[in-house]
Amino acid sequence: MDPSQLLVTLAGAVAIAVVVWFFWLKQAAGVRAVLGSSGFQEATILVKGAYSPDTIVAERGKPIRLTFLRDESTPCSETVSFDALGRTARLPEGKRVAVELAPTEPGTYGFACQMGMYHGKLVVE
Amino acid sequence: MSATATAEVRLPAATPAPELGEAERDYRRLMRKWWFGAAVGVPTMFLSYPWLFPLLGDWLPRDSERLRVLWAVMGVAALAVLVYSGSQFFAGAWLALRHRQANMHTLIAMGTGVAWLYSTVAVVYPGIIPESASREVYYDVTVVVTALVVLGLALEVKARGRSSEAIKKLIGLQPKTARVIRDGRELDVPVEDVLAGDELQVRPGEKVPVDGVVVAGASALDESMITGESIPVAKTVGDEVIGATMNTTGAFRMRATKVGADTALAQIVRLVEDAQSSKVPVQRLVDLVSGYFTPAVLILAIVGFVVWFDFGPAPALTYAIIVAVTTLIIACPCALGMATPMSLTTGVGKGAENGILIRSGDALQVASKLDAVVLDKTGTITWGKPLLTDALVSDEVLRLAAAVERASEHPLAAAIVAGAEERGLELPEVENFEAIPGHGVRATVEGHALLLGNLRLLEREGIDASALTADWERLADEGKTPMYAALDGSAAGLIAVADTVKDDSVDAIRRLKALGLEVAMITGDNRRTADAIARLVGVDRVLAEVLPEEKANEVKKLQLEGKRVGMVGDGINDAPALTQADVGFAIGTGTDVAIEAADVTLISGSLRGVVTAIEISQATMRNVWQNLAGAFAYNGLGLPIALGVLYPLVGLLLSPLMAAAAMSFSSLTVISNANRLRRWRPEEV
Repeated sequence: MDPSQLLVTLAGAVAIAVVVWFFWLKQAAGVRAVLGSSGFQEATILVKGAYSPDTIVAERGKPIRLTFLRDESTPCSETVSFDALGRTARLPEGKRVAVELAPTEPGTYGFACQMGMYHGKLVVE
Repeated sequence: MSATATAEVRLPAATPAPELGEAERDYRRLMRKWWFGAAVGVPTMFLSYPWLFPLLGDWLPRDSERLRVLWAVMGVAALAVLVYSGSQFFAGAWLALRHRQANMHTLIAMGTGVAWLYSTVAVVYPGIIPESASREVYYDVTVVVTALVVLGLALEVKARGRSSEAIKKLIGLQPKTARVIRDGRELDVPVEDVLAGDELQVRPGEKVPVDGVVVAGASALDESMITGESIPVAKTVGDEVIGATMNTTGAFRMRATKVGADTALAQIVRLVEDAQSSKVPVQRLVDLVSGYFTPAVLILAIVGFVVWFDFGPAPALTYAIIVAVTTLIIACPCALGMATPMSLTTGVGKGAENGILIRSGDALQVASKLDAVVLDKTGTITWGKPLLTDALVSDEVLRLAAAVERASEHPLAAAIVAGAEERGLELPEVENFEAIPGHGVRATVEGHALLLGNLRLLEREGIDASALTADWERLADEGKTPMYAALDGSAAGLIAVADTVKDDSVDAIRRLKALGLEVAMITGDNRRTADAIARLVGVDRVLAEVLPEEKANEVKKLQLEGKRVGMVGDGINDAPALTQADVGFAIGTGTDVAIEAADVTLISGSLRGVVTAIEISQATMRNVWQNLAGAFAYNGLGLPIALGVLYPLVGLLLSPLMAAAAMSFSSLTVISNANRLRRWRPEEV
């Protein structure tokens, strides 16, 4: 193996490590849902290329209202579904859609678009 | 999770998106991008490898300054294609990357971006690249891949529009105006202004504007757009009419009962939209895979690059670049992601077209693999109201008997009265009417003494009815309720009433059995009547003398036998059994389509709907499996080929251009396969 091959191999190994760390291991900083006057813990999520923010942190025991706004026309993100909580919502472009949830158990509840391209997490503490 | 913030995300102002033509605008925008890419792509393909073409090769030899300048110009043109035609890939990749996610955009952006960067380095700093043979440009890859993928997206937008055609058709059914009667005058008003309680005039050939009840006049309505039933339904005073159905030749007045979001049509649209956006349970497998897919492809591309650089033939850098770019381009997470939603959208839409509302992907998947179906007898297999079926008496005796029954309050009496009136018999007045509990009735009509009831009634009066016993037995065995008639002290014959079987129940049950399902009938009727109906319609198993509240238990018993059970009944009385069943089918719900307990709602009252619903579910699930198999096979074969596993064996290495074409083709195949479902038609009876 000549030096250039060694260099490329090492660089490849580092690149793979970066991919694994960046996409799978790195923990996201969540956004905490804010308790509103309605009694709901509320957060708004922009749908544009991804869910922004993609991690919402909420407290157990109080209902949660996540308001989605889809600001793109790609049909991929037209719906959002919370599989574990059995909720699905259509997100028409440009309209705010509130999804109300009341998970009883603490844990991490994933949500995703119908095609599984966009992913997000609702963390109930 | 330690790092949390309470910041509210700033959102752009919400603007209502125009619904109409959105897909068409997207399509046109993408096609403009495609044409620009294609226009730049054609010369780029020739000029990237001029030595392959006789005259061009002489004019632009390898390593010539002229070629380098031309490549530099191509680089600028290719950049323009990336910026104009490929902007959505880079924007999408960047947005996803900010959230540590990767998707199709990431792969395309990286593939085309790497090809452009490498080419630009080869043009501007050729000295950096050690092997002179590797000092080539891949602007053709950048441009043609971008153009092909954009073309694929454009065709996808078109095809997707077709898959959601059903919902557009449903929305299009809504009439725009209604003719309201106010202060005795007819006024044309927008349908949104109609209030519940308004009286409306519906002329021949017009659509019924909202749900309501006929208050004057009569007509026949074509309800096929809502119920899937092609035969017009007669409507007269007191009958319910459904908004968006088509009036045929009569004119009538109606009172609006449900308007706006409460109408059957609005509920149907809502149910269909919700179902289309739900998930088929098998999708969970896809979700699991797609969560890891794109980063895994990135890793494969890196591995491919390193292996080809280290162990591949010369020029190693060229091969390594080609393999990495091809791997990035060929992977198609879209085909995986679209495999089930596209079929679900089409299948649920197909159901709606046939008057069948499937509530979710879950219901659809379970309905496709039921083992047994339990049919409620009354109202499902039968009409649910008794009719006069046999009159083994003269018309004169029937006329007199009906006249007596008109005075009775017994539920079966009304059937005899209606039957006589249908035969055009005039019913005279009766005298001395007497109901004898547990026996029957007696009265005097036109001077004749008439008795109508069971055998005990005749025996009590000392009348011999032995000649009628055989007929009585036969009628009873047919599940009917026969009654003895006696005139002036002697037996005059038998009159039988029965809850009759709907015209198409026999055929529907035969088809359910042909689908491999065990068909059971559940009823509160006595065993003899139940068995008679069961023989007539051909069900496998009879659950007779079941109290309404026990129906759910009977369903559970079948489930304990290890069967997946569908229950067909009316949405209100049978709600617990429908809920208990693996799939609950609510039948014949008219304007009240949002039955909570039902997984599947059949708007028309026919059992055929159950067959169609199961067939649609099976066809849709077959389609889902085909799509999934195709998408997994495509990626499972495409990725190793792109990585060059066939090169040591047969010397085949895929070009990135082929990869782009294959990738677009695989998405289109999934959509086209889902669209095949649109051609599905229920078998005509």
